[in-house]
Amino acid sequence: MDKAATAQNSFWNDTGRSGLTAWIFSTDHKRIGLLYLYSTTGFFLAGVILGLILRIELMAPGRTIMDPRTYNALFTLHGVTMIFLFILPGFPGAFGNLVMPIQIGASDVAFPRLNLLSWWLYMAGALIALSSLFTGGGPPDTGWTFYVPFSTRTGTNVTLAVFGVFVIGFSAILTGMNFITTIHRLRAKGMTWGRLPLFTWSLYATAWVQILATPILAITLLLVMAERLLGTGLFDPGRGGDPLMYQHLFWIYSHPAVYIMILPAMGAISDIIPVFSRKPVFGYKMIAFSSVAIAAAGSLVWGHHMFTSGMSDRAVLVFSLLTFIVAIPSAIKVFNWVSTLYKGSISLEAPMLFALSFILLFSIGGLAGLILGAAATDVHVHDTQFVVGHFHYVMFGGTGFAFFAAMHYWLPKFFGRRYREKPAIIAWGLMFTGFNILYFSMKILGMRGMPRRYYDYLPEFADLNLAATVGSWILALGVAMMFVNLVSGLLRGEPFTGNPWGGATLEWSVATPPPTENFAEEPVVTHGPYDFTAAGRR
Amino acid sequence: MEHGGHRDGFAAKLGMWLFLFTEILLFGGLFLLYAVYLRRYPAEFAMGGRQLDWMLGTANSVILLTSSLCAAMGVTALQRDESRRAVGLLCATILCAAGFLAIKYFEWSAKIGHGVYPGSERLKSGPAGESIFFSLYYMTTGIHGLHVIIGAGLLAWISVRVGFGKIPADNLILLENGTLYWHLVDLVWIFIFPLYYLVL
Repeated sequence: MDKAATAQNSFWNDTGRSGLTAWIFSTDHKRIGLLYLYSTTGFFLAGVILGLILRIELMAPGRTIMDPRTYNALFTLHGVTMIFLFILPGFPGAFGNLVMPIQIGASDVAFPRLNLLSWWLYMAGALIALSSLFTGGGPPDTGWTFYVPFSTRTGTNVTLAVFGVFVIGFSAILTGMNFITTIHRLRAKGMTWGRLPLFTWSLYATAWVQILATPILAITLLLVMAERLLGTGLFDPGRGGDPLMYQHLFWIYSHPAVYIMILPAMGAISDIIPVFSRKPVFGYKMIAFSSVAIAAAGSLVWGHHMFTSGMSDRAVLVFSLLTFIVAIPSAIKVFNWVSTLYKGSISLEAPMLFALSFILLFSIGGLAGLILGAAATDVHVHDTQFVVGHFHYVMFGGTGFAFFAAMHYWLPKFFGRRYREKPAIIAWGLMFTGFNILYFSMKILGMRGMPRRYYDYLPEFADLNLAATVGSWILALGVAMMFVNLVSGLLRGEPFTGNPWGGATLEWSVATPPPTENFAEEPVVTHGPYDFTAAGRR
Repeated sequence: MEHGGHRDGFAAKLGMWLFLFTEILLFGGLFLLYAVYLRRYPAEFAMGGRQLDWMLGTANSVILLTSSLCAAMGVTALQRDESRRAVGLLCATILCAAGFLAIKYFEWSAKIGHGVYPGSERLKSGPAGESIFFSLYYMTTGIHGLHVIIGAGLLAWISVRVGFGKIPADNLILLENGTLYWHLVDLVWIFIFPLYYLVL
């Protein structure tokens, strides 16, 4: 295919509507994927700024730049933005939409219009949640977990924020059922389950969690709204209700939701590492299986968020044991990635650097998770900065870095232009350094007893808090540099053609940028996703 | 800009079934609360259950089962290309839904007239378990009633399409999915009815 024809066919030149409507009413999975990419990364950057402001407040003991009320509202907003507006919809919405249909050899998802509705619901939910900042009693100050009884009693506008999250949940359910149906029905000829790329496998497992867990969040949030609006008293101990039931229902959703966040990230890493090691992935079946195992076992461990909430000792023991079991499939993945690297011909380009740091940061975060999962040690570090450090290691160091790896790996394919390599690597270095200074300080602070979500702290915690704040500046500098480099490169950078990294999955076999219909003719798959020899022969 | 244009009825049905799972789980949260609080307040739950009118509950169960039958017969009628009869049966289904909601309305307003509703003075001064029971009752039947309204609206829209011949006999998937949703609404009630009206 010559170059002019490629440009003609590209999904960027799709005719029909024009201007903005060509995007927000498009049912093309690639355009919807980019809509998700722009909106989720936009919210991510807003969340980063909120995080920076919080760190400035915590730079020194006592009041630094804001009063405690503002601090409460800001950490709530930071959490809600990062979790519900970036990290949950980010991977499935952006890269799931962009890459998955092409990876299985389909021309689109099973329900393209429903796919567009998902994005609309997501945006509507985001706007509703954000409008809670300026209406009613003002910005919610409950933390992203909306724990009762505080969330049912505070005068701030929790009802509207909770309703926004409810709508976003609807969007997640629709994406989940769309992806499951797509992967079942639209695989190309020869794309057997054993040849499914691991990113697609992980999206499949994620989609099941989205479907099975999100409805529980929906009913929980509805109950919180009813509690506030009607006074049902179902979680009010004064009226016979039990706040612990809220925590159970909330974590029945929200722990599996952690795997909605991390599974697609693991999938992207499983696709990137073999390509940059020039070696088939080690233990394909086990990595695929462990995604499903994590999704299944991860649905049974919610109680480990409640060890200090007053459950029976027996329940604590069972949840602790189940939590340790989830570590097994996670470790299977880590060992398989490392084995893939072993004797590989590793090329340290930007996507690979992010992927390698993912393994390290996720392992640190994951092992800290075991400290929290063991009942005895959890009692000591529960609700401390240790927890904050832990989940930033797995969510930011894990999913975040994997998201950046995916941006550097897949976006040039869709934009047809590439970023500059050197700034990408410098940005990575800044982020990796700043990240560890910031969040490792938090872990030590937590070990020494500094609680999370507190506005003020004892003087002996001052040094490490200052270090963490300085770390946050380095990290933010890296993030800014990465985005500037990506945006300028993808818009004006050097042309990116063909398959420079030698990927063997189907998205690398189509034109760059992909045509609207993805494939000129229906593909027939004859080799596995990491069979580089067979892919090179073609 | 619809691409991948071929229609895949199986996929549409698979998607619908997945969506129905989520609905079951949504109500599952409420049933979970019911189980926990029943264990904690067995006597108060029994007291609350006795205040509900099992005759009305039974009438509503019969109405919903009849409506499901009509919906299923509507699908068969359209399969045989008898679209007029299909529209008639769908209208009967919607009529049943209206009847169900009317009975529910009288049930609720009688209760509210007696001062039994979430946050009411009577429930606040009574035993805690009773307040919990009625809060759960209103939440569960309220959310179910919302599903009845949504399902009836869906079927109304579908029957208009059937009436205008927009749903051909060889591509029933929209009608089938609509009735699947209706059967779910029915099925959820089949669990609500004994739990609140009969076993206590």
